[in-house]
Amino acid sequence: MLAWTIYISFIGVLVLMLLPREAAWAARIIALLTAIAGCVVAFAGSVQQPNPGEVTTIVKVPWIPALGASYYLAADGISLVLVVLTGLAAVAGILFSWNIEKRTKEFFAFYLALIGGVYGVFLSFDVLLLFVFYELTIIPKYFLIARWGSTRKEYGAMKLALYSFVGSHLVLIGLIAAWVVARAQTGHATLDLMELSRVSFPLGFQHWVFPLVFVGFGILAGLWPFHTWAPTGHVAAPTAGSMLLAGVVMKLGAYGCLRVAMMLFPEGVRMWQGEIAALAVIGIIYGAGVALVQRDFKFVIGYSSVSHMGFVLLGLATLNTIGLSGAVLQMFSHGIIAGLLFAVVGRMVYDRTHTRDFNDLQTMQLGKLLPFAGVTFVLAGMASMGMPGFSGFVAELQVLMGAWKVFPVAAILAGIGIVVGVAYILRAVQKAFYSDATPAKSGHDHPLEPISAPERVGAVMLIAASLVIGLFPGLLLNWIQPCLNSPLFERLLKGGAL
Amino acid sequence: MNYLEVLRAAAPETALAITVLMVLAVDLIALRGESVARRFATGAMVAIVGCLMAAMFTFTHYGPTDPLHGLLIVDPLTNFLKLVLLVLTIFTVLISVSGKFTEHVGEYLSLVLLGTMGLMLLVSAEDLLMIFISLELASLSLYILTAFNKRNARSSEAALKYFLFGGMSAAFLLFGFSLLYGLSGSTNLPEIALALKGRGLDPLLLVAIVTTVIGFGFKVAAVPFHLWAPDAYEGAPTPSAAFIASGSKVASFYILAKILALGFAGAAGSAVWHGYVSGWTPVIAVVAALSMVLGNLTAIVQSSVKRLLSYSAIAHAGYMLLGVLANTPSSRSVLLFYVITYALTVLGAFGVVTVVEEATGGNALANFAGLGRRAPGLSLCLLVFLLSLAGIPPLAGFIGKFFVFSAVVGTDAEHLGLLWLVILAILMSAVSFYYYLRVLKQAYVLDAAENAPAIKVPPVTMFVLVLLALLVVLLGCVPGLLTRSL
Repeated sequence: MLAWTIYISFIGVLVLMLLPREAAWAARIIALLTAIAGCVVAFAGSVQQPNPGEVTTIVKVPWIPALGASYYLAADGISLVLVVLTGLAAVAGILFSWNIEKRTKEFFAFYLALIGGVYGVFLSFDVLLLFVFYELTIIPKYFLIARWGSTRKEYGAMKLALYSFVGSHLVLIGLIAAWVVARAQTGHATLDLMELSRVSFPLGFQHWVFPLVFVGFGILAGLWPFHTWAPTGHVAAPTAGSMLLAGVVMKLGAYGCLRVAMMLFPEGVRMWQGEIAALAVIGIIYGAGVALVQRDFKFVIGYSSVSHMGFVLLGLATLNTIGLSGAVLQMFSHGIIAGLLFAVVGRMVYDRTHTRDFNDLQTMQLGKLLPFAGVTFVLAGMASMGMPGFSGFVAELQVLMGAWKVFPVAAILAGIGIVVGVAYILRAVQKAFYSDATPAKSGHDHPLEPISAPERVGAVMLIAASLVIGLFPGLLLNWIQPCLNSPLFERLLKGGAL
Repeated sequence: MNYLEVLRAAAPETALAITVLMVLAVDLIALRGESVARRFATGAMVAIVGCLMAAMFTFTHYGPTDPLHGLLIVDPLTNFLKLVLLVLTIFTVLISVSGKFTEHVGEYLSLVLLGTMGLMLLVSAEDLLMIFISLELASLSLYILTAFNKRNARSSEAALKYFLFGGMSAAFLLFGFSLLYGLSGSTNLPEIALALKGRGLDPLLLVAIVTTVIGFGFKVAAVPFHLWAPDAYEGAPTPSAAFIASGSKVASFYILAKILALGFAGAAGSAVWHGYVSGWTPVIAVVAALSMVLGNLTAIVQSSVKRLLSYSAIAHAGYMLLGVLANTPSSRSVLLFYVITYALTVLGAFGVVTVVEEATGGNALANFAGLGRRAPGLSLCLLVFLLSLAGIPPLAGFIGKFFVFSAVVGTDAEHLGLLWLVILAILMSAVSFYYYLRVLKQAYVLDAAENAPAIKVPPVTMFVLVLLALLVVLLGCVPGLLTRSL
């Protein structure tokens, strides 16, 4: 059933392509319905999943026998979490791009193609298929930003596309090498993720191939120092674009790190564990520090994404159950919260005021003009800084607890990152919405357009999602933890014999 | 020798030869004084019917025969390759139909057919003499096709350049072949291999290897023998360039792989990192690496799409040489998969360029601005072709690259000794994404000039392009359709 999330999205793309050019409203409705349908299927399919702890096959048919590749879709608890996240983010993104007037149908066609690819990555259990879906997302990303973006859009789009492509090519080198070694060892060609994860790759091989694949995926997860696409890309993207970039695309990278790099090369992770943790912590602190001094509102959120994704990578590097489950939870949590923050900045503020410069925003008294935006941002900011009750708290707490067991210093440094996180959010709240600077002589003759209904619905939906998970983290942990205790993760977590 | 047997084995080529005469006759006698468009349509019809007849003959004669001792080998694989060549020819003819570059319709079409005939004979040959003769038949046709736009001085310049380089490469080839004959006393490839077996790497044999690689290096436009290619592609009428890049590539690579793997069987050597053994593989490895690096890096700075495609063709020749290099029992099908899908893709890309050129008067990057609006179907096809060339899944180009790269690494699974070449190839392919994206950016991101009219695409061309795009997608999603026949 979950496979239909992919098919529905691509059917939506086809329908949109066949629409006449002028039918902007029809395009919006169709896109929204498609996204909702995908979201509903994602929810229903996930709830129906009998045992999230084990990998449930959805469909498996031979694809390229010579390579041992098959069209193999399946899901375990971790996939479920991310599929549900994608469903939510997709719907929210469309609600916040209701005001796209320029080439509406093309916009939503690219948007849904991107969503379809993302669902595909999270559900693929064949490495080649996963790679296919992963690369499939690059093209829509590029066009969404280059065509509908703002500040330096062509530069940001090209940078993102090239970073993604180089990253995925590093992965490709690793995959081909792993395929050859596995074939030499087992005697038959396979690209099945489960089968490959049972192969014992030689230690020397894992030592160089793991960092290649991990960095290849990590580029998209905002791994410092390869994160530089993220701020420019996020800032250049249209609102829905940055929501998706931060909300789900960065998760593709983190998911690839976990699902491919770490599962296939468990010994490689152990060899590089410390280095990854160090890069993650640098990312956390660097991202937070840079966010603290930005003048552009959107850059604050862009760098905060780098910082929060650092927690995901730190969680992955801990290699213990609590750290990993924190990492997966953080993927979900950050997807929701970053989406919301970008929605406020891009859609609610920038589309109305046409500026994101704090110096200009300070004089506008947006807290009074757009009270809904102000409140939403405060709530999202609280979630982002890790306030108990929101999802960010549970996730980051688990990551820190996991890290404390292995890398106490890293845990402390990451804790400092959280404190800086509080600072930059408060600074942004104060400068953008509740500044007491005297209003400049109003250059705005026309009042700001009020917050529209789709925006309210989207914002409420995302805040609710974060709150629910914050208050009842068990909902997702019940999916994640059985997975981590399953035999699939045994080699990775327990350091099983080679 | 039974002449009837020979005639049956050569039935497709014979049908094509008769078609050549018919096309010329029809154009000369029946269509005198008619408009160019009318003559082109009728001539093309005759040519296509002839191609279809020839294609039918490739189906009827399946049994492996060898009536002339290596001069004309017929087996399921050569039949299939001839079929592919015929299909590529039909597409080329269909793309040219709306062209306005010449009034000499009959001559143009018959030269395309003659070129195809040469390539078909080439595919069937396993004998040095036959290889040389059929290669020359194909090449001479291609030189003239390059020069066919008489109103454009660059077309003649390109043809002259192509001809001079081509003639020189033929000389190299002949020199290498004569050394081979001197060493082995035979022109038949398996016999040569037999005679050379156990002789070690004679210095003369090395010279023969190098000159053969140089000769073919010119034909397939691999660095450092590529200098003619960008000018020839740019100056030639676009359908001719499409034919040079598609059909002739398929046959040349097939025969190059055959000569090296069959004729130089004992002299393969090794290009493994830290395990170098001289022979033909290191030579090919160097040429492949140079082609990939230079082709991709030079393509970045091109402003003409035709030149860009020609440098990308050089880069792709590098990837294909990797397929030649792999040299395992399964690698031939891998190479052919890559070459055939590349031929289909590049034919489509040149088809799009043809239309844009006719409509906007040029093939510079700027001429593609706003194509997504001016011709949505056309630019969607372009998207598919260029992304396939860049190796984006699930298109055929990606699967081809995956096949080739995994075959190359797989030849030395123990030490992954050829991984260095594949790493280079993959990184260069990441570079290539940039320049393909530059074209697509023009088409989809930038706007056309104010009130630029919609581009009318001739229905026949559109049909061909859509068909090619569908094939590229289909072969990427279900590669088994093609690999089954190889």
